[in-house]
This record gives sequence, C-alpha cells and structure tokens, in this order.
Amino acid sequence: MKIIVCVKVVPDTASRLKVADDGRQIAQNDLTWIISPYDEFAIEEGLKLREKLTGEVILVSVGPERVAAGLRNGLAMGADSAHQIWDPMFGDLDAAGRATVLAAVIKHLGGADLVLCGHQGVGDDDSQTAGLLAGALDLPMVSMAIKLDVDGAAAVVEREVEGGIEVWDTSLPAVITTQKGLNTPRYAGLKGIMAAKKKPMGVIDAAMLGLAAEALSPKTERRAMTPPPDRPPVKLIQGDAATQAKELIRLLHEEAKVI
Amino acid sequence: MSNTIVTFAEVRGGTLRRPSLEAVSEARRIADASAGRVVSVLVGAANEAATKSLGAHGADKVICFAAGALSSYSSESYARALSKAVESEGAGAVLIPYTAMGKDLAPRVAFLTGGGLVSDCSSLELAEGRLVAKRAQYSGKFISTFGWKTKLQIATLRPNVFALTTPAPDRACEVAQAEVDAAARARVREFRAKEGGKKELAEAQIIVSGGRGLKAAEHYKLIEDLGNAMGGALGASRAIVDDGWVGHSFQVGQTGKTVSPTLYVACGISGAIQHLAGMSSSRVIVAINKDPEAPIFKIANYGIVGDLFEIVPALTAEAKAHFASRA
Repeated sequence: MKIIVCVKVVPDTASRLKVADDGRQIAQNDLTWIISPYDEFAIEEGLKLREKLTGEVILVSVGPERVAAGLRNGLAMGADSAHQIWDPMFGDLDAAGRATVLAAVIKHLGGADLVLCGHQGVGDDDSQTAGLLAGALDLPMVSMAIKLDVDGAAAVVEREVEGGIEVWDTSLPAVITTQKGLNTPRYAGLKGIMAAKKKPMGVIDAAMLGLAAEALSPKTERRAMTPPPDRPPVKLIQGDAATQAKELIRLLHEEAKVI
Repeated sequence: MSNTIVTFAEVRGGTLRRPSLEAVSEARRIADASAGRVVSVLVGAANEAATKSLGAHGADKVICFAAGALSSYSSESYARALSKAVESEGAGAVLIPYTAMGKDLAPRVAFLTGGGLVSDCSSLELAEGRLVAKRAQYSGKFISTFGWKTKLQIATLRPNVFALTTPAPDRACEVAQAEVDAAARARVREFRAKEGGKKELAEAQIIVSGGRGLKAAEHYKLIEDLGNAMGGALGASRAIVDDGWVGHSFQVGQTGKTVSPTLYVACGISGAIQHLAGMSSSRVIVAINKDPEAPIFKIANYGIVGDLFEIVPALTAEAKAHFASRA
C-alpha cells in the first residue's frame, strides 16, 4: 500500500509568539518548529497500516529549510522517504495554494492508495487544505478519523461528530484526515534517528511540478493580526466554601446573567 | 458583490442544528445592511419544521435537495448541491456552520466554486459591499482580520458566537425543490448516538471542566455532579485525558475541542496554553484552583482560590438550589 502523508511544520505550540512588524503575520525569528500535532497521528496511522499491509509511507511537506528537520523526525518515526516541497514561489501560499501544490506533488509521485493529513495545522487553524486537496485530486474524503480499518480497496472510518460517532464507508484511494483518539504517535528512538539519516529526502520545486505562480495566487488575505482584547481582571471570591459557592452563584445570576 | 447570501442548513437526526440558525441570522443581518437576500440550502429528507424555522430566522428562500440518496451525508454530494445553489442564485457569499459537518463540507464547496474560504469566523462586517472577517488564530493567541480576493466569499462560522434573530414565524419564505447528482464514494453508513443524557460539548451553553487538581479518576464524579446540577456539558484538560481518566471526546483545547459557551467553569485546571486555546473565547469563565498563581486566573472573570474538594460540592448544592427555585 502506497501511503502519502502530508505534513505541516508549525511553530511549537508552547512557544511565545509575536506579531511581525508588518502586523499581518507572526514574527518567524527565534521560533522552534515542530510537526503539527495532528499530522503526527497521520504519520503514526500510516506506519501502522504499513506494518499490517506492507507498502511504503512517503512524507511530503511544503516549506523552506525548516521543514527538513520535521521530515527527518517523521523518517525517524519510521517513514520510508520524504520530499521537501520548496520554491520561492511557495512563500506566501494560502490553503488553496497549498492544496494545489500538494495535488501536483501527489500526481508527480504517481498517486497514492491513501493520502493522510492532520485535520488541521495548528497556527493557521484553517482545517481546509485536506478538503481542497481531495477536491483537486477528485478523491473521496473522510475527515477527523478516530478509527480507520482498511480492507482491500475500501475503508471503514469512524469519526466523532456532535452527539455521537459516524461510521463511514469509502472507496480507496481517498484522503483521510486524522485527529486525537486515532492512535498514540510513537517516539523516534535513537535507532530510528540514526536510520533516518540514511533515508532518501529530496526537494521538489515548482518547475518539476509544472506549476506557474498564477495558479497559486491567494484567494483570501490576512490583513491584520492583533492580540485578543484583554479580559477584565478576575474577581476573587472570599470566605469559606459555602459562602464562596453562594456568592459565585449570585454573581453568575445577577451580575454576569449567565444562569 | 451580488447581495445574495447562501447558508448551509445542517440537519442531524431530523433536527435543524442551532449553528445553522446562527448562520441564517448572521446572513439576515448582512443582507439587511446591503439590500440583499438570504437563501438557505437544506440537503437530505424534506423537513417542514426545519424549513419553517429557517424562514422565521431570516431566510427569503429555502432550497431543498431531498433525493433519497442524500439522506446520508457525504461531502461530495452535499458540496455539489450547495455549489449548484450558489450558481443558480448568483450568490456573493456562502455561510456554513463550523461544525463537524461544516468543517468537512466547506473546503469541497470552495474547490467546486473556486471561492476563497475563511474558516472559523467569529465576526463578519461589511466594508464597501465586501465582507471582512475576524477569527482566532494560533490557538486564540491572536485575532486575525481576513478579506477575500475572489468574487465569491465563503465563510465558516464558529458555533455559539453569532446571535440568533428573534424568530418571526409569519415572514414570507419561498420553498423550492432541486435535484443534484447524489453519487458519492465516501458516505455515512451508520450513526451511533452518544449514551443518553450526555450533552454535546461544542454546542453547550454551560461547560464544567476538570483537570489534574481532581487528583484521581474517581473524583471526576464531582465534575459530573456539578455539570448535571447546572445542566451543562462536561469537559476535561488534556492531562487527565492522557492519563485515561476520561475519554478524548471530553478534551477541551489544542488537539481537543474548541468551545465558546456562555459559561465555562474550570475546576482544578491550571490553564496551560494548550487548554486556554480551546476555551478562551468563552463569555464568562470561572476558575477554581488551589494555586493563586495558576494562569487560568489571568483569563477568568470569577475566581475561587481554594480546595476544590470543598468548593465544588458546595457549588453543586447551591446550583441545584438555584435551578430548582427557577424551575
């Protein structure tokens, strides 16, 4: 089974972020970059399927030099090969542009039996790229999987929705997006890290994909980024537990008017 | 722009979901400010109650795609239906709730129509006839302002944020039937409802959450008792989900759910940045924690510093008394 996992490399979720001087994006200097946590579930699921069904797990990630470290980490987890997708033309992609590039990459690699992506990249938090990619590749998609069983050219997928669990049938190839609950991503051990150094990792650029800048022009634009408005200072409630409880209920009812 | 706004009406288990009414209400507000009209698209079985409710909340027209094969959801067929309505109505904007279904559907609609999509919007404004959206990014650390470069403007709306219009049952609303190719390679085969009585986190107006301060899995019962007393849904921090005290469907925050209830009660949750990511847009936040330095107090409206094992049961008793007196 040929599994392509789309990986996004994002600022560490615990890092302190600042708005850049242009006021429209985060300042990128001095950041630690990691594989987007949802994509770790995608890599892990790819590896589990390969262990069960044989085949290969190929990682692809669009971005400058920093994505190479993320891809190495995915290789250390056990993926077979990786491609860094980079061209100066890819510097300012929105989700639609990224999906166009990824669709071209997957075609360039000869297609896949299964495309796995995290259901969203942390940071932009768009939850769009996989759906646009499925559209561009004309593939079915099941999103936010918490259980995946592949059987031949079909798969049964479970996902959590408001009020319960949906069970889906899909034919393969398909795009499946992953989230917490699907699996527990493995750590890359020392052996994996050593092995990763010898695994193939190439760079694919716009010319190799036959992509022109016009096809990638953004459809949306971020015009500003600001910290959220300050919340009012906390009102601490004093007294013993019974007094505090009574006063809190009174405040929620009379002052905040939420109960 | 064309002043017609199409909204997606999500029906689950025969019931129109509240976020769909929020989308219609917001579309109505924008249409009123731009001499526009609102067209809601209902896919699946015919549903008179849903159609009436959409009209009462502001739809000028409801288009029903009611072929049998559309009764189970698939992004492929549903996106086709929505795109067809966008085209036939000459819409300038599409509003879709940012629910599990809307998240899955919207990108496919964006692909089919070529329109730009801004996700998880928490406000929409008109500027010179075009939409401007505000939304949280980087886990709520920033609020971003977005505009569209495409003629068609597609937005998904964060649930529980947009106010409902006051329903006007006598508003005129045209109802039209339409057909679309229902073929789909991926579709829902079965729906397993959550065990009875459990409230849905993402749709809840009140959420009570517990964290490590509970000290042991069996003490989560304190959270259940308070949640039940307040008629709310139950949440949890990542720490106690990772320790297996509760299932991952309870997790609020990064790699869990993002919620915007009117009241969020955090018990024994220190407020790691990954937790704040999922709940900092709640309207009113209550924090109960023994550590006065816990970061959760920085975003809380009301705080109680103390022993949750004393405070939470006292609060449960007070909440029961409060709701009983109002019943």
